[in-house]
Amino acid sequence: MDFGGLHRLFTDFLPAGWEWIAFAVAGFLLSFAVINVMIGLTAVYTWFERRALGRFQTRLGPNRWGPFGLFQPLADVLKLITKEDVIPAVADKIAFTLAPIVLLVPGFLVVAVLPVGAESFLGELNVGILFVIGVTGVSTLAIFMGAWGSRNKYAMFGALRAVAMLISYEVPMALALTGVVITAGSLALLDIVTEQAVPFALVQPLGFIIFVTAALAEMNRTPFDLVEGESELAGGYITEFSGMKFGIFQLAEFMAPIVMSALATVLFLAGTKGWAPVPGLVWFALKAFLVLFFLLWVRATWPRLRIDQVMAFAWKGLLPLALLNMFMVALQVQLLQDPTTGELTSGDLWRMAAFNWPLAIGSIVVAANVLGQRRISRRPAAPSPLANMTAEGD
Amino acid sequence: MTIQTEPITINLGPQHPSTHGVFRIRVTFDGEVVIDVEPVFGYLHRGTEKLAEERTYTQIVTLTDRLDYTSSMTNNLAYVRTVEKLGSIPVPERAMYMRVIASELQRIASHLVSTGFFLQELGVFVTLLMYCFRERERVLDLFEMLCGARVTVSYMRPGGVFQDAPEDFWPALDTFVRDMPGYIDDLEGLISDNEIVLARTRDIGVLTPELAIDSSASGPVLRGSSVQWDLRKAASYEVYDRVAFDVPIGSSGDSYDRYIVRIQEMRQSISIIQQCIDQIEPGPVRTEGPFFVRPPAGDAYSSVEAPRGELGFYIVSDGGISPYRCKIRSPSYINLTSLKDLVVGWKLADLVVIFGSVDVNMGEVDR
Repeated sequence: MDFGGLHRLFTDFLPAGWEWIAFAVAGFLLSFAVINVMIGLTAVYTWFERRALGRFQTRLGPNRWGPFGLFQPLADVLKLITKEDVIPAVADKIAFTLAPIVLLVPGFLVVAVLPVGAESFLGELNVGILFVIGVTGVSTLAIFMGAWGSRNKYAMFGALRAVAMLISYEVPMALALTGVVITAGSLALLDIVTEQAVPFALVQPLGFIIFVTAALAEMNRTPFDLVEGESELAGGYITEFSGMKFGIFQLAEFMAPIVMSALATVLFLAGTKGWAPVPGLVWFALKAFLVLFFLLWVRATWPRLRIDQVMAFAWKGLLPLALLNMFMVALQVQLLQDPTTGELTSGDLWRMAAFNWPLAIGSIVVAANVLGQRRISRRPAAPSPLANMTAEGD
Repeated sequence: MTIQTEPITINLGPQHPSTHGVFRIRVTFDGEVVIDVEPVFGYLHRGTEKLAEERTYTQIVTLTDRLDYTSSMTNNLAYVRTVEKLGSIPVPERAMYMRVIASELQRIASHLVSTGFFLQELGVFVTLLMYCFRERERVLDLFEMLCGARVTVSYMRPGGVFQDAPEDFWPALDTFVRDMPGYIDDLEGLISDNEIVLARTRDIGVLTPELAIDSSASGPVLRGSSVQWDLRKAASYEVYDRVAFDVPIGSSGDSYDRYIVRIQEMRQSISIIQQCIDQIEPGPVRTEGPFFVRPPAGDAYSSVEAPRGELGFYIVSDGGISPYRCKIRSPSYINLTSLKDLVVGWKLADLVVIFGSVDVNMGEVDR
């Protein structure tokens, strides 16, 4: 797919000095494509998530409209569009209205640079990882805007949690990605895919685990969903939103797992690489789906952490592990790479994997034993002497 | 530089996902930390005690169904036992066994509800709640066989129970008793040892034995604080003295102990039901008496171990067909006494979990 060359289709028809129109049209078409593909995928994913959650929870899930309830997202959108769009009287209207859009945009921007074939939608970006990290950070701003705009205490609680949490989890995530960058020797996402003769999830499992964990936190999914905290905050920052604004928030929220699993596929699971004759795009979709399903499984099973535990987990658990991972990967690359060209052969990558797997398992076991609760044994229950059930009543 | 801060007051409820109905707490926070709570009751007040003065003794049974709507059987039992004590009405032996079986089934159902909502409040997205409710459905099916109703059962009458169990009840009960331990094992294997559950519940919201006794707490809340006190053993009623069972207690009185005590109590209830099935003999299930129960003038208090604690009825009779006064000692209401001591100093997320572990039922708190 030669998305980057799309503008050449029009350049020939344009007089000299007006070539910018070709770029504008091509850009418009591409963003149109990205937005619609992502919204379509998200719609299918909402259906899938609800059906799969239904299976997890011994119930059916949406099954009324269309085959297997496949048209449910349409019904949802129709319902949300026709609902009244309530803006609280005390709301900061600009922030309140902008927040859903600001939350939605980073997802599209990340997708635009992800290499889903030989190229990404918007061509090659030589600082792909930096761009992705920077853009995903904007979601914090959107959550805070929504909460501040709605002037609701629950929303503010959620937003303050979000700011604290998302900023903390950027750190281990960026460090985990540093391992990838060191191994691949490039910041460009396309180069990272090319360099993965062995998927980096195998080469540096610790980095992969940290990335997925931090991604869960970035997306506000269980066990880090305390930004919404349905049972505590009754929705958090989306408490006051209704109608299509709420719909856009939900869209952004359901799009985040797709974007994150696509990103994980590119960075750690060798993107479109696979075995012929199955085309690369199918491999990409399959890998992304597996990550997506894992995220869904976590959501269906795990309880939620408390804010201080979430922060402690980031700074005491993930950060040291991420630093360890980065250090070990850097050391291995330094030792194994070809001294003149800096190339790593697939044999080198397998050697790194052989060393990193025991390291990952060992360090996680150590971390679990230092931070975990399960190691703490409780004293056996002894009846209190304050009450004596066997004594005769008076 | 110091930043000026001020406490923030939030109105938790009466419409909130985790307030078990319509409980309302005005909570004052310092950041995320709870510094003051002020419970506000009364959103589900239906005047049950006053209504009871306008009903005949048999009609009041239906009112008791609606007290703690997740444990109607034990509400029935507590009420009819008081009337029987007041009017010295004998109860046939088979009826006693039926009552014990029904109460223990109800205990399992009620604990499943409280465990499910407790885990839901921990943030498990509905999954475990659905698992708990799936098993509760089976108990409700058994109740449907017994009396035709699933939730508001009105099964018991002064002098016995409404009717004998149909024939197909007993095989169904056997199946349930055989299957249920496996379900509890599944639930425990899935979540009881989960790292996050432990982190969120252990040593959180500790209720000391002294405070538990001083605040008249009862039921799993009291037993979670390692006070071994159960009316089924301490003041044995019906046929509880003929069955062997343990009274599980917790070790430190935190949220986790209250949760685990409920799980263990379900296992004990299954054992009690099994023993009752073995012991029960054919016979009448209701003492024939006059249509209107007219206890002699006087008063009586009787209490049973309901799933949430000691449920007591104090009835004053003037010799007529309806009580002169009916006072209900509801365990949920009294277990809430120590709420402030439990939650102050913990965070918002803990408040919800602690409140869930105390497990109140608003139908009973507001009456």
